Amino acid sequence: MAEPQRARPKPTPETQHFWDGTKAGELRLQRCDACAHVYFPPRPFCPSCASRKVSVFKASGKGFLYSYVINHRPAAPGFTPPYAIAVVELAEGPRMMSNIIDCPQTPEALELDMKLEVAFEALDDKITLPVFRPAKG
Amino acid sequence: MRSNQVAVVGAAETTELGVIPNASQLQLHADAALNAIADAGLKLSDIDGFATAVETPQQVCHYLGIKPTWVDGTSVGGCSFMLHVRHAAAAIEAGLCKTVLITHAESGKSMIGKAPRSIPADSLQGQFEAPFGVYGPPSMFPIPVLRFMKTYGITHEQLASVAVVQREWAAKNPRAMMKDPITVADVLNSRMIAYPFRLLQCCLVTDGGGALILTSADRAKDFPRKPVYMMGTGESVETPMVSQMETFNSSRAFKTAGPLAFKEAGIAHKDVDHLMIYDAFAHLPLFGLGDLGFMPHEETGKFIADGNTRPGGKLPLNTNGGGLSYMHSGMYGMYALQESVRQMRGIAPAQVANAKISVCHGVGGMFAASGTIVFTNER
Repeated sequence: MAEPQRARPKPTPETQHFWDGTKAGELRLQRCDACAHVYFPPRPFCPSCASRKVSVFKASGKGFLYSYVINHRPAAPGFTPPYAIAVVELAEGPRMMSNIIDCPQTPEALELDMKLEVAFEALDDKITLPVFRPAKG
Repeated sequence: MRSNQVAVVGAAETTELGVIPNASQLQLHADAALNAIADAGLKLSDIDGFATAVETPQQVCHYLGIKPTWVDGTSVGGCSFMLHVRHAAAAIEAGLCKTVLITHAESGKSMIGKAPRSIPADSLQGQFEAPFGVYGPPSMFPIPVLRFMKTYGITHEQLASVAVVQREWAAKNPRAMMKDPITVADVLNSRMIAYPFRLLQCCLVTDGGGALILTSADRAKDFPRKPVYMMGTGESVETPMVSQMETFNSSRAFKTAGPLAFKEAGIAHKDVDHLMIYDAFAHLPLFGLGDLGFMPHEETGKFIADGNTRPGGKLPLNTNGGGLSYMHSGMYGMYALQESVRQMRGIAPAQVANAKISVCHGVGGMFAASGTIVFTNER
């Protein structure tokens, strides 16, 4: 029997640009052309002013650690505990759930507000996940 | 909605609580419903309005043999029953039905006749949360805690004291699952589940159910039990994704539902004799005390650690032992409502003397939804 697999996202028409972006090594967000609101998760209209005129843009990939848990049990399929489940606040404003790599998964190493930068982890040839690592410098 | 026009005239939990290996989830609905109907001195044929969550109204109505003219299948998580109470009160006031039955049951432990909860891979949660290792409420609900602690200076010891105090209440309750006293050290030494939370800061997993019967206040005086009136109600939803809450320093759904209920009831916080705040995990009473406006969030941890919510304290909170020590079948809101009704009837195992106003505040999902009911036993 195969090893249990990490939950694999299945893109929809509204989110395809995001997953195309991660595969190309870009973190893509959306900005409203009418009110300039930047938002996530993806949708083809602005959740602030309801305008349908919105644009996709490449985000800086920079952010900070907003909050997290270090999950011990039960562990999700494909994960070895303990592992951190983090919420990152992006420089552009939106927050997203992710994982923190290149960092011990401990309360001592994972300091709230620490600066992070995006990295990309390929699940397979179609899906690449955005993860974050401590920012250099 | 006008205050005190609708009352609870029947209230009961399932005959057993805890581990019930001899009944399906659907049968637990029926057991709770039949107990509530007996409590109200009614027949099933008297019920013309029905509400439930997770199971559909048609499923439970058919099983019980109820022929309703009004149904509500609002299913927003564990506070669905607070919303049902609010909606039922509006329906009764509008003349859509006269006597509403609300049921909850969950075979949360034994998993008999219970559909597994699953997250579709093409949902927003399936795309933007599930791939990062969330796996059930213990990995999701505590995600805001570290930010909340940092913002307000809340300590691990204070968050541990929530479980300690609630165990004190549970010790007075023969039906509570966990009754042995615990200390802050016990909590902080219990098995790690999802840092910063340990086993004793996470709710129980049990089987059980409960049911309520509501009718107009004018009819309520002819029922055998002391009526418990709906003085004020509120509800809201925010997001199904905990990562997308507006802030981790409070819950927008709490801050909407709670004040709506207080305003409708026309009460101030000092008028509250008894309080229930749905405690799936130990941080929820702190969010609730702050978001409902009892005190600034900064003071909530110290308030509980200092013993203000324990037996004999000035604000009795979660007097059945809560989801941490009484029971938690998965959607605990119904049990919080049952305890508020018992307190207003004056028959709770840990009765608060002369309590006249009870506030019952529920959460659904991971801060996804909220419902608040203000009860009173005086009209």
